[in-house]
This record gives sequence, C-alpha cells and structure tokens, in this order.
Amino acid sequence: MTTAFARNQWYVAAYSQEVGEDLMARTICGEPIVFYRTGDGQAVGLADRCVHRRYPLSLSHRDGDRIVCGYHGFTYEPTGACVYVPGQTRVPRTARVPSYPIVEQDSLVWIWIGDAAKADATRIPRVPYLAAEGWTTVRGMEPLAARYSLLVDNLLDLSHETYLHGGYIGTPEVAETPITTEVDEEAGIVRVSRRMKDAECPPFYAKSTGITGRIDRWQDIEYYPPCLYTLHSRIAPTGVEPGPDGDDSRAAHAEIVYAITPETESSTHDFWMVARDFAVDDEEVSRFLAESNRTVVLQDVVALNALEKVIATEPDGYQELSINIDTGGLAARRILKRLAEAS
Amino acid sequence: MTSPATTDATVYRVVWQPGSDTLVGVCHCGAERDADDPIEVWQWLLSHPDHDQP
Repeated sequence: MTTAFARNQWYVAAYSQEVGEDLMARTICGEPIVFYRTGDGQAVGLADRCVHRRYPLSLSHRDGDRIVCGYHGFTYEPTGACVYVPGQTRVPRTARVPSYPIVEQDSLVWIWIGDAAKADATRIPRVPYLAAEGWTTVRGMEPLAARYSLLVDNLLDLSHETYLHGGYIGTPEVAETPITTEVDEEAGIVRVSRRMKDAECPPFYAKSTGITGRIDRWQDIEYYPPCLYTLHSRIAPTGVEPGPDGDDSRAAHAEIVYAITPETESSTHDFWMVARDFAVDDEEVSRFLAESNRTVVLQDVVALNALEKVIATEPDGYQELSINIDTGGLAARRILKRLAEAS
Repeated sequence: MTSPATTDATVYRVVWQPGSDTLVGVCHCGAERDADDPIEVWQWLLSHPDHDQP
C-alpha cells in the first residue's frame, strides 16, 4: 500500500475561513506547521518549531505580524527570518524557520511542502464553484486515522456507496452500473464516469432537490493527484437531457469536492465540500446536506480507520484482489507512486 | 467523457462493456483490446507501443 508522500506537490492545508489572527497548528505530510493571517490579509505557514529549542510556535503569541516564541522570545517575521533573540544584539545568521509557499484561491489555502523553488501556482487545480455566485457550499473536515491512499481508493470506486452508505447516497444502481475510466498521462488526471439511467433517487438528493420519482444520475469523477478530488454529480428526472445548446437548467448539479491531505504516514486530513446550484438560499437544505454528507464521511472514516489497523498489522506480501470496479483506483495508485518517486 | 474511439494524445481509456464483465482498453494510439480484469488491461495499455506483449 502506498504511504510515501509526494512532497513536491500542492496540498490543501486549510479552508480560508480557518486561517485568521489566531495561531493554528496543523501537520502536513509529517511537517508541523503554524498558520496565521497577517494584518494585510496574507495567509502564512511557518515551520512550527522554534530554531532555538524546538518550542512550538503555535503555542506562542503574535506581536503584529511577527510570532514571539513563548519559551525564550525568539521573534520571527512572516518570512521565517528571526529578528530578535533575548539578551544579545547579534541575531545568529542561521536563526530562521522555513516558510512554506502558500496560495489562497477558491476558498482553499494551498501549501507547497517540497522544494520551494519548484512551486508553480499555475499547477493548482481550480474549483471555482466553491466560491462562485450562484452556488452554495457546505463543508467540513474530519480527521482520518488511516493513510491517505485508503481514502483515494475509497473515492475512486463509488460502488461502495451501495453497501456503506445505503439510506444516504447509496442505491442498488451505483454498484450495478459499469464505469468508464480515463487517464490523461500528460495532465496527470484520472477520470471515472458512471451514468445511471432510470435509477432510484437516494434520500440525499430526493430531500435536497425536491425531485421525486426515478432519476438519471451522473457521477463524473476527476481526480487531480495527489490532493484534489472532484465528483460532478448531475441529478435529473429520468429522460431529461441537457439541451443541444448545453442548457441543463432542468437538472440539479452538485460538486462534491475532497481534499486528501496526508497528515502523517498513517493519518489524513479529510476535507469535504458539497457545492450546489439548486436551492442556493435554502438554509434548511444547507443544514440537511451538511449533516447528511458529514454522516457519509464519518461512515467512511470508521471503515477506513478499521482498514488501516488491518493493513498495519498484516504480514508483508498480502495479495489483494482487484475487479472491474477498481480500474480507476488502480490508475490513481500508479500516478501517486510516480509522484512520490519523483519527489 | 469522450467516446471510446478517440485518439487523444496521452489519454488511456478503459470502457466496461455494458451487460458484460469485459473491459475494453483503448490506447491513445488507437489500439484496442478486451480484458477480463483491470490489472490485465492496465498492463496492456501501459505496454504501449509494444501492445503485442501484454
């Protein structure tokens, strides 16, 4: 099983709304980092360890845009440069903590963990609907006590919805409908598409869209390894197709987004978001979708936490079995392995 | 998703034939092959351009 991190990659570190005046500790790819926002609104990520005696800067305090170490007062700029040490005028040349490249877009705070010289912000995949006019998003983040690759496996094969998420998003048709899988080698994207016709409408969508009766349900996954997963979900009364001009206003659309960010080799930040273009001002629908999706995510968390324990204690060389539903997951594993080796 | 017949420059495609257990691998070079499981189909696709050696 893949546990190695692809370091020279962008990862979602936080939602924009999480990063503010307070110092926030979060470990990304095994690196403890302290996040905060400067007076002019810039999100900052510094190594969460004072260069002096390793005291966590997240347990310290701010002096304007600077962090003053809560142990001996070493004082750091947002660049990571130390500008003050106690009791002497000379600040040692090596007194600095790493400052990580940060990009904030589409309501997400992205961080580059590897070689900063290679950080290219144009490679960050876009998810504009998370913060766009005409869309409403609910979101959350659940800690997962399992390696990130288990969540990738889980999300690339949605046939598990039928068995793990029955009564929420799972119906018999999900597991029974064949998939088409594509890998764009150059762009590094895995796509898995499942188009269900005349299917049962699961409660998750029946209650939120108000569509009654049988539906056509599209699940079009685009996974941008290693971190960003999007599921373009289309729900329409059965037989309703997009118009020849592309107009699809009779269907409901939900963009299900996950950011899969390794915390350690055996734990993961499971960021989940549901953006929708229907009932956008209906707070009751927002509450329902947030509660339902969190329940679904927690069902996955329980299952994957159990899987992690199984894998962590199994003998080397265990041979698992893959079938047709795993076509996309296998493609994702190969790309993750390639990215990790390249880092 | 585009149709299985496409030959996009770097896109590998696997189509699960409706009503069957068969996977059809479609390489970006246009070569196609049926397979019984995903391991076999990916091995064949990634052997491009040596598709005769799955």
